[in-house]
Amino acid sequence: MLKQMEGSEAVARAVALCRPEVVCAYPITPQTHIVEGVGALVKNGTLANCEFINVESEFAALSVAIGASAAGARSYTATASQGLLFMAEAVYNAAGLGLPIVMTIGNRAIGAPINIWNDHSDSMSMRDAGWIQLYAETNQEAVDLHIQAFRLAEELSCPVMVCMDGFILTHAYERLDIPTQEEVDAFLPPFEPVQMLDPDDPYSIGAMVGPEAFTEVRYLANDTQLQALKLIPEIGGVFKEVFGRESGGLIHQYKTDDAETIVVALGSVNGTIKEVIDDMREHGVAIGSVSICSFRPFPLDELRNALAGAKRIVVIEKSMAPGLGGIVAPNVRMSLRDTALPVYTVIAGLGGRSITKSSLQEVFEAAGVDRLPNLQFLDLDHAAVEHEIVRARTTRRSGPTAEHILRQKAGGGKK
Amino acid sequence: MTDTTPQTIKFYQTGTHTVGNRLLDETRRTVQASMDRSNAITSGHRACQGCGEALGARYALDAAMRAAGGQLVAVNATGCLEVFTTPYPETSWQLPWLHSLFGNAPAVATGVAAAFRVKGRKDVRVVAQGGDGGTTDIGFGCLSGMFERNDDVLYICYDNEAYMNTGVQRSSATPPAARTATTQAIGPAPGNVFGTGKNMPLIAMAHNIPYVATATVADLHDLEFKVTKAMSLSGARYIHIMVPCPLGWGTASDATINVARLAVESGLFPLFEAEHGEITNVRKIRTQVKVEAYLKLQRRFAHLFSKDAIDVDTIDAIQRMADHNIRRFGLLGDGERT
Repeated sequence: MLKQMEGSEAVARAVALCRPEVVCAYPITPQTHIVEGVGALVKNGTLANCEFINVESEFAALSVAIGASAAGARSYTATASQGLLFMAEAVYNAAGLGLPIVMTIGNRAIGAPINIWNDHSDSMSMRDAGWIQLYAETNQEAVDLHIQAFRLAEELSCPVMVCMDGFILTHAYERLDIPTQEEVDAFLPPFEPVQMLDPDDPYSIGAMVGPEAFTEVRYLANDTQLQALKLIPEIGGVFKEVFGRESGGLIHQYKTDDAETIVVALGSVNGTIKEVIDDMREHGVAIGSVSICSFRPFPLDELRNALAGAKRIVVIEKSMAPGLGGIVAPNVRMSLRDTALPVYTVIAGLGGRSITKSSLQEVFEAAGVDRLPNLQFLDLDHAAVEHEIVRARTTRRSGPTAEHILRQKAGGGKK
Repeated sequence: MTDTTPQTIKFYQTGTHTVGNRLLDETRRTVQASMDRSNAITSGHRACQGCGEALGARYALDAAMRAAGGQLVAVNATGCLEVFTTPYPETSWQLPWLHSLFGNAPAVATGVAAAFRVKGRKDVRVVAQGGDGGTTDIGFGCLSGMFERNDDVLYICYDNEAYMNTGVQRSSATPPAARTATTQAIGPAPGNVFGTGKNMPLIAMAHNIPYVATATVADLHDLEFKVTKAMSLSGARYIHIMVPCPLGWGTASDATINVARLAVESGLFPLFEAEHGEITNVRKIRTQVKVEAYLKLQRRFAHLFSKDAIDVDTIDAIQRMADHNIRRFGLLGDGERT
């Protein structure tokens, strides 16, 4: 059914179609509309047999989901930014316990300085927690990925994070195809847990494991991710059969066949990147792009196959590793470790800064003649940061950096 | 339905506080006296000799198991109880048991209860348990949330008044003057400072939850009675059990019961029940003792009784705390609560 709706509402409907039995909610921008939507569907009876629980923190939200999942209930929650960090301990725990929880991340920056707008700092901070991480390029893909996520999680008994860009996707209204209950029921079988708290067959779950077995348990966590590498495309294939459209998979390639420059990115920015590629192609530039849908597991082989024919790779990423550079770029480089291809890191869109077509085109053109530095911050105000660096160096009590930068940007730079 | 009215017992013996099972109706005998007890925690676990927590947990969970007809799930916070019962690959738990984290046991239990509710398994009951650190400190937010939502969970706190699992560090349940690894018995005010800490049972009551009770391992009949009563109710319930720790308190391993009894008889640990925020029952002190009798048995208070000088001021200050409890809860004779 095609309908004009907000991304968050669409995801709420998609989640409800998956018949979750326990949903925990704690508000945090820009994810809040999703759990509000699910809550309304529970309250108006659309989503029957579901416990909707308003909790006191994100840490509790995921903890409730952990208990519910361990007791055999299909469990869901959503969060963003500080909320994901606040539940960090439970994020690792859910994966360690092998509980197939599905969680939406409405991607948002992490403070300080506090910032409610979009980048990927939050989900990237949990990239090694043992969850599968899928990044949606569009709201339609966000809808579809949620439906796939429950099946993937439950087949592997591994939690799945579906990451969608805060505001850019969560708050965008567009025409979306929301599947029918029959379609989703045909695709997603009921949850058959591999382990559960059952008084008639008691297990101890979450026992202490010492050095004699810990490595083996962790090895298996990696093996689960490797299984997901095979399963994600398979599930994408089944999804196409049932729903008639392609969604998900490990990576999406765009005009890469003859491309000399290939841009790699995650999430919604791929839309802008494709437009720039189209423009540049019209002027004869051999450029294409790869959108990484599955960041964990990381599709090393698929990426290598997609990228190895190029002359250079430009990674546009909405996250950074202070003291190193990018987070996505080193992963991409890993897939190209037997090649000498340059991999340029471009940090873009931090804290919601617009990633414009013109800025991207400038970067891609510079890359085309290999005039890009290894690490670049897109549209950085060099004068402002230089000024602040000098000020901090010359004044002992230089005060809070963030406030000084703000004042400079407002044109009132105090000397 | 279990009759939860306490039975009045005529003592045939004097000079003992032990009520022999043979003096009770068969229906009222302890769960532990029954061959059919569930042995929720079997022997072979790694608790220290004389561990009050192991004793309290076994009595509490077997009583809860009986009340739930065996349909019980336990959620455990990180801590001694979790560690000593599950040395990989062994487990002492004879019931479904889940350990997630240190600070989230109440929320995990909420999730377990929600799952069974949504599946229509009203017969399955949920107990969450943790030590005082997991309850009054790191798990406090999740516990308050579980109380506030009135989730159908019985939460049991085994209070040994410090972080014993990590080597006896102060918690917000550590009493004043007590020596711990982070409140050393040195300097002008040795041990834990006065005027700190929180009273978790009263905080639980402030949530207006259906049932709050305190108990100790010195009176296991009373402990089983309170667990059974809690299990007869639904919604959020809280039982705070004092469980002396021979290692952390510096007491002889055969003194656990006696120390717990002296905590009650001195007035330092009042035994009471409360329903929906109102105290409904108080266990009177049988034979009042001065706090000194309680403190002297414990190495964590040894600095109060040094050979050179007994710290009368500090002991008096602790006595005043006991006296305040006695007045506040009406622990003596027919005295009214104030």
